[in-house]
Amino acid sequence: MTALRRLALGTLVLWLILPLIPLAIWSFAKGWRFPSLFPQEWTLRAWQTALSDRTGVLESLWVTGAIALIATILAILIGVPAGRALGQHRFRGKSAVQALILGPLIVPGLAAALGLHAVFLQLGLTNTFTGVVLVHLIPTLPYMIIIMTGIFANHDPSFEAQARSLGATPWQTFRYITMPAILPGIIVGGLFCFLVSWSQYILTLLIGGGRVQTLPLLLFSFATSGRNDLTGAIAIIYILPGILILILTARHITGTHPALASMMRR
Amino acid sequence: MPHRLRLFLMLAPALGVIGLLFGGGLIVALMRSFNYMPVIGLTDPNLQAYARVLTNPDFLLSFLLTFHIAFTSTLIAAIIAIAAALLIRATTTGRTLITFLFQLNLTIPHIVGAIGILYLFSQSGTFARLAHATHLIARPADFPALVFDPAAIGIILHYVWKEVPFIGIVILAQMQTIGTDHEATARSLGATPWQAFRHALLPLLLPGITAASIIAFAFAFGAYEIPALLGASYPQALPVLAYRSFTDVDLASRPDAMAMAIIITCLSAALIWAYSRALHAMVRA
Repeated sequence: MTALRRLALGTLVLWLILPLIPLAIWSFAKGWRFPSLFPQEWTLRAWQTALSDRTGVLESLWVTGAIALIATILAILIGVPAGRALGQHRFRGKSAVQALILGPLIVPGLAAALGLHAVFLQLGLTNTFTGVVLVHLIPTLPYMIIIMTGIFANHDPSFEAQARSLGATPWQTFRYITMPAILPGIIVGGLFCFLVSWSQYILTLLIGGGRVQTLPLLLFSFATSGRNDLTGAIAIIYILPGILILILTARHITGTHPALASMMRR
Repeated sequence: MPHRLRLFLMLAPALGVIGLLFGGGLIVALMRSFNYMPVIGLTDPNLQAYARVLTNPDFLLSFLLTFHIAFTSTLIAAIIAIAAALLIRATTTGRTLITFLFQLNLTIPHIVGAIGILYLFSQSGTFARLAHATHLIARPADFPALVFDPAAIGIILHYVWKEVPFIGIVILAQMQTIGTDHEATARSLGATPWQAFRHALLPLLLPGITAASIIAFAFAFGAYEIPALLGASYPQALPVLAYRSFTDVDLASRPDAMAMAIIITCLSAALIWAYSRALHAMVRA
């Protein structure tokens, strides 16, 4: 490898982690003023404050996780049968169905969310946890369906027919034949959906009206109020689940399917 | 159970949820943008909101800014991603490390990256401090305004940071499938390394690059939190402008917000179409 290549590679590595560095340093800094390159004093105060009850970080952590978990479970329950229909069957109007399902991934969600706000207002769903869970289905469900379509396209339905012909009940067939085959897809798709919901900002802000305080909303308000130390600590807390999920699924996200790689970006 | 009924039952929940929440939301937004809402007594649709929005010079400026943000960041990210993929496909250790960092980056929510960019590039941020330490500047105000700036440099830096790994992962996966045979053949027939890349590899990579950059472009065109955090107070990116007029105390400006959101939707659809056409034409040329 030439020196130039090494330099380019080094720059790329540095650039990829660069924005995380000041966040991590700030979370341990005390009064880190211009022009000091490093904090004069190090402290755990921001972490203590972030993890105490006063700032609402723990409550937000719980709310964000609960919304993401319920949205993910709903996406799995709705997305698995749809993925099976699209992955294993040909039917008239299939491409129209696929276009509708892909729509939310390409068209910005703002317009739909603004319209939905008017409907949710009538139904009493604005500013509620339920309303936010429902609106999170817009970005999560299409991903679940795409992943499950791919899983079912590679799953041979004749195994199920054989099990049935050997006397298995529909439940036994599902439990012992279908489920083991599709479980890895459900797990990876579910983790992606969790992360997509976990990262949502504008849909939560619009439908939750600021009353449903998820971590990104809290992070935004601390970032704009100049509490850099707390912002740093909350940012680190906020990215940990994603890193954990990456370690659990790294070998699945090689991007052999463009949709898979696009999973975690919203 | 008849086959068709079973298919319908498998698809109905998904189509119902996406149709009602996404399709329904879009239709209501469209109705409200025409100031038509029978439920609250508005039965006389009109085009006033569109007239107000389209004749507002701020809107045109916001559109140009948003287009500039989405186009410039996607173009830069796509070029860097191609270069990065070419750079690391030959190295084993570099490939593992960068692939891991690419994936790590994908898991990080946009808002975190945007705050990181803010702390790096603001006038009292890391780079300003480095400039001070090397005596390039004397006080924060001497450092060029890279965030909250009218040219949206901070926003573009954030999107480049976030989209290079995304487009890069797609390209790396494609390179793995394509292999090096095409380039080797071109080289053996006397093509230069550049010619082999340009005429043998790039056309094969193009579908993936197009798909990934369309997703990146559409996201940057419609995202709120990044320009809200890193953008100048004037001009504002379109989604910020739409959200601000939606939350305006004057409820009469809501149809304007809906009209803007509908225009964002139509424009992003049109731009995505044009972008993919242009990209194809560019490589065939």
